[in-house]
Amino acid sequence: MSAARDLLLGESPAGRIAAAVRGGIVSARAVAEAALAEIDARDGALNAFTAVTRQRALAEAGAADAARAAGRDPGALAGVPYAVKNLVDIAGLPTLAGSRINRDRPPSVHDGAVIARLRRAGAVLVGALNMGEYAYDFTGENVHDGPSRNPRDPTRMSGGSSGGSGTAVAAGFVPISVGSDTNGSIRVPSSLCGIFGLKPTFGRVSRAGSFPFVASLDHLGPFARSATDLALAYDALQGHDPADPVSADRPAEPAAPALEQGAAGLRIAVADGYFARGGLPEAHAAVETAARALGATRRVTIEEAHRARAAAYVITAAEGANLHLPRLAARAADFDPATRDRFIAGALIPAAWYVQAQRFRRWYRDRVVALFRDVDVILAPATPVTAPKLGQETMVLDGVTLAVRANLGIFTQPLSFIGLPVAVAPLPTPGGLPIGVQIIAAPWQESAALRVVHELERRGIAGAPAAI
Amino acid sequence: MTTGKKFDAEAYVDAALPMLSFAVDPAWRPSILANFRRTAEIAEAFLAFPLDDAEEPAPVYAP
Repeated sequence: MSAARDLLLGESPAGRIAAAVRGGIVSARAVAEAALAEIDARDGALNAFTAVTRQRALAEAGAADAARAAGRDPGALAGVPYAVKNLVDIAGLPTLAGSRINRDRPPSVHDGAVIARLRRAGAVLVGALNMGEYAYDFTGENVHDGPSRNPRDPTRMSGGSSGGSGTAVAAGFVPISVGSDTNGSIRVPSSLCGIFGLKPTFGRVSRAGSFPFVASLDHLGPFARSATDLALAYDALQGHDPADPVSADRPAEPAAPALEQGAAGLRIAVADGYFARGGLPEAHAAVETAARALGATRRVTIEEAHRARAAAYVITAAEGANLHLPRLAARAADFDPATRDRFIAGALIPAAWYVQAQRFRRWYRDRVVALFRDVDVILAPATPVTAPKLGQETMVLDGVTLAVRANLGIFTQPLSFIGLPVAVAPLPTPGGLPIGVQIIAAPWQESAALRVVHELERRGIAGAPAAI
Repeated sequence: MTTGKKFDAEAYVDAALPMLSFAVDPAWRPSILANFRRTAEIAEAFLAFPLDDAEEPAPVYAP
């Protein structure tokens, strides 16, 4: 194996690749070629990518190598390959957002903000990633492109809607990917694929130059195979951007420098009530395992979480439907029929329901944020189950048969609803498949969540399985 | 928000669908109705929850 491939498929690849490129130990070009070779060799079976930006990757890698050779700083992520969910604009490509309809859009003129930021950090874009149609999905399945498959077991779901983002990182094609999370679309694939993910605070990472879904709830964020890599990616992505109307005008607060503090001094609690039931035993056992390792005995109750999930559901359906009305009018037959019918139903939602959901959101936000006076971090399951089989439509939870698609997000929706930062740490289960634990922090306290993730990783409690 | 009167999702969908700005294939109606019925059932969870008049919506949101 080449040194570049060793780095790509090894532990904490982003940080180690960047250090090696910055130190002149390996070239960014060799790393890019290794990533492209892995994609060529193995993505046919996993279907993470919908486009591979080969020429661009080699050009960006060459630029990183040239910067170093000229004595310039090649960036904190020098030579680190990454890919983005195909709802992020890539100059020269149409932004698919998982749809057939968007294939007819003109190629993007500019890159999305997250790409511009990663490029400034020296990272190397290798392609666009598969996703559920218009992000209205928890499975990673796509009727147009086929499903992104779970590298842990290719007969199983990657999770959605950022399915390809989960697949690509779990398979070792890239150390970092970017996805979006409206109701759980970063956290569900992180859990099912067994990798780390971060949904930052609402407004922390710019959404400019990405195809929207639900303006009130959309977030962008990174996936990685270690806490260190996740923090490095997040630090490159965060920061104010006037081009995103909800971007918070506050200074960047880098998380990577604080990681080594681990969980020291943090008050950690476990979410009980809604979050302590409704999943399979392994989902709740993973939370207890993490809590024991952290010495967290305190329990807190996030009141009315089931109503929060309901309100998120209605806001999603109403805003998503509004966004897509012109396409429903012009090209309804070109939607995935399942997505189409959800959007049309959403277009019928009475205004009073939508406004009430937004009013409830403010009430709920005030109550949940108050919990953080007494605790810094709250633990909860990420998904109720490990990865279901592709095509599986129902699952049995607590003796009740439920739809997979609608219920994979039961534990994620009540948190993104109010924009809290949430990291996911993957834990093993007795059955062999991974499952995620959500590490929830107060608004703008991503650093606390990532410190806990790092603590769980260095204690050997959490970790991404080997890439191959 | 609730008055005790049962919401008739089917009647509502059949009244509202023709009001959309585009024609909907009748073959899609069962699936649209199923989705809307599910939304209505889910919405009950927060529509039944009393909020003070002072609770304003959070459409532009700063956590």
